[in-house]
Amino acid sequence: MSDDAKGLTPSRRQFLTGAAAAGAGAVAAGAAKAATPDPLITEVQDWASGLGEGVDATPYGLPIQYESDVVRRNVEWLTADTISSINFTPIHALDGTITPQGCAFERHHSGAIELRKEDYRLMINGLVDTPLVFTYADLERFPRENRVYFCECAANSGMEWAGAQLNGAQFTHGMIHNMEYSGVSLRTLLEEAGVSPKGTWVYVEGADASSNGRSIPLEKAMDDVLVAFKANGEALRKEHGYPVRLVVPGWEGNMWIKWLRRIEVTDQAIESREETSKYTDTLENGVSRKWTWEMDAKSVVTSPSPQSPIKHGKGPLVITGLAWSGRGAITGVDVSVDGGKNWQEARLAAPGTDRALSRFYLDVNWDGSEMLLQSRARDSSGYVQPTKAQLRAVRGLNSIYHNNAIQTWWVKANGEAENVEVS
Amino acid sequence: APAYAEKFGLGRPALPEEIAAWDLDVAPDGTGLPPGSGDVFTGEEAFAEKCAVCHGDFAEGVGNWPKLAGGQGTLDHDDPLKTVGSYWPYLSTTWDYVNRSMPFGDAQSLTPDEVYAIVAYILYSNDLVDDEFVLSDETFKAVELPNADGFILDDRLEAEKHFWNPEPCMGNCKASVEITMRALVLDVTPEEESAEASAEAEPVQEAAAEPVETAE
Repeated sequence: MSDDAKGLTPSRRQFLTGAAAAGAGAVAAGAAKAATPDPLITEVQDWASGLGEGVDATPYGLPIQYESDVVRRNVEWLTADTISSINFTPIHALDGTITPQGCAFERHHSGAIELRKEDYRLMINGLVDTPLVFTYADLERFPRENRVYFCECAANSGMEWAGAQLNGAQFTHGMIHNMEYSGVSLRTLLEEAGVSPKGTWVYVEGADASSNGRSIPLEKAMDDVLVAFKANGEALRKEHGYPVRLVVPGWEGNMWIKWLRRIEVTDQAIESREETSKYTDTLENGVSRKWTWEMDAKSVVTSPSPQSPIKHGKGPLVITGLAWSGRGAITGVDVSVDGGKNWQEARLAAPGTDRALSRFYLDVNWDGSEMLLQSRARDSSGYVQPTKAQLRAVRGLNSIYHNNAIQTWWVKANGEAENVEVS
Repeated sequence: APAYAEKFGLGRPALPEEIAAWDLDVAPDGTGLPPGSGDVFTGEEAFAEKCAVCHGDFAEGVGNWPKLAGGQGTLDHDDPLKTVGSYWPYLSTTWDYVNRSMPFGDAQSLTPDEVYAIVAYILYSNDLVDDEFVLSDETFKAVELPNADGFILDDRLEAEKHFWNPEPCMGNCKASVEITMRALVLDVTPEEESAEASAEAEPVQEAAAEPVETAE
């Protein structure tokens, strides 16, 4: 952030020439006249005369070194240790909607385990005609589906309930990733075992020590839940559940069981630790909501933002961000530059799809004045993303989970941005 | 009807021993509890040996590790303390979670009797049973946790139906806007790797709102 301070304060001369070239309101990039020829152009560079790397140098590549800041980050004080903990996707630096798996957030309860395909077993038992055991190879023989969905931790933005706390979209909104999954519908596997008419729930658990068991109503299990083994075209990453995880579209990330080992059809919810002690939402009167499965419509401006300040001075500015909803597709995103007094409709990069991230853009001509930047998502169910004050009016401050409030970035005259709350 | 759906003939029947090895979950009505028992005194010894290093001698928690006892009556406070005694609705969950996932780092190492004893001690630490209490698959149903009625089903569709709004305000939505809170005042965000001293600085715990409970 501090490596290019001069970029934050363009010279007066640049402003003047830039303004002169503005014409119909758009300042062309590089409109400032060059005083001397640019040696990057006039001198032959090494890369234009020598040789680059051979095709055998990198059988499986990582991003170029200059992108080393686009990485997961954790916040040490959030948890007692790093094993049952969380890290954050660098959403401030990404574009489009697909999250690169290598920097997609992790949340474990007993660490990221290593489970070979050869050692993998999936059991279906309980209220079924025939309890079954599948190997990984068995799963690959069932008819397959491909779907793009977001996985958002129920605790995403949870640290912000009481106020503006962490300074960056990565930290406030980065417990999320969005991938294209390939796998088998859970319905197909349940039908293979034959669900008894008495079955009303499924209990799903992972192979790790925490097990992360959760209860899911049979209706959802038979609807759109996937047993996935590929993400973004390749095998799941170890930390994302290799070789098999559950994909539960629109529902809180905790239910996306990783290293999935067992699916039990039951006639009652198990009320496991992860749906009683955790992932229940305490209201102001001390009563708590349970089974708050859906993730409501939400959005955030990813740039400009505290980790992605404006470095280019006045003129054309791309305001961009992400929107998503667990209740359907994003139908629109409104952006405010004055803290919610006035809104204008942003442009969706593509029509919203069911329970997946949408990318939005608002192209403005920034005059260098301060902004209080906000975004407000709308979804196909008619839901409009609320303010934090609206949420607190219903829930109080102690819900921990499901904070989908409108985020405000205070963009200052020097282009830096800060996480704030506004009246 | 699912029972008549097309089958692919993949997988093979699970054996009873396999189901018994993996199907360990216990439901609120006690379904899944194995036979066994354990008393408070035995539980205190087991707890001291296997649990107290993180959870404290009296289940009161060490450092940032979870507190298992205390906090009754605090759920409507500014800073509620959520423990087995103050928050958890069902004893089954305590038994099930300890049995499957504790101790942290050495899960599934406890015998059923040890789990019964440890859970009896956790109940005692929460002042819910006396020191003579013996927890077993028989006495399990006699215990009701204080917050058993403290949960409601997700009611967002009703309680938050005003968030479904066909015509949200687009212009002149409010007269003034003031900044009421700033993250930089708290200053608890990790610095970029290149940054200097503050990377090692202790976070301002008392200034920070209670961190989200992502820990155990």
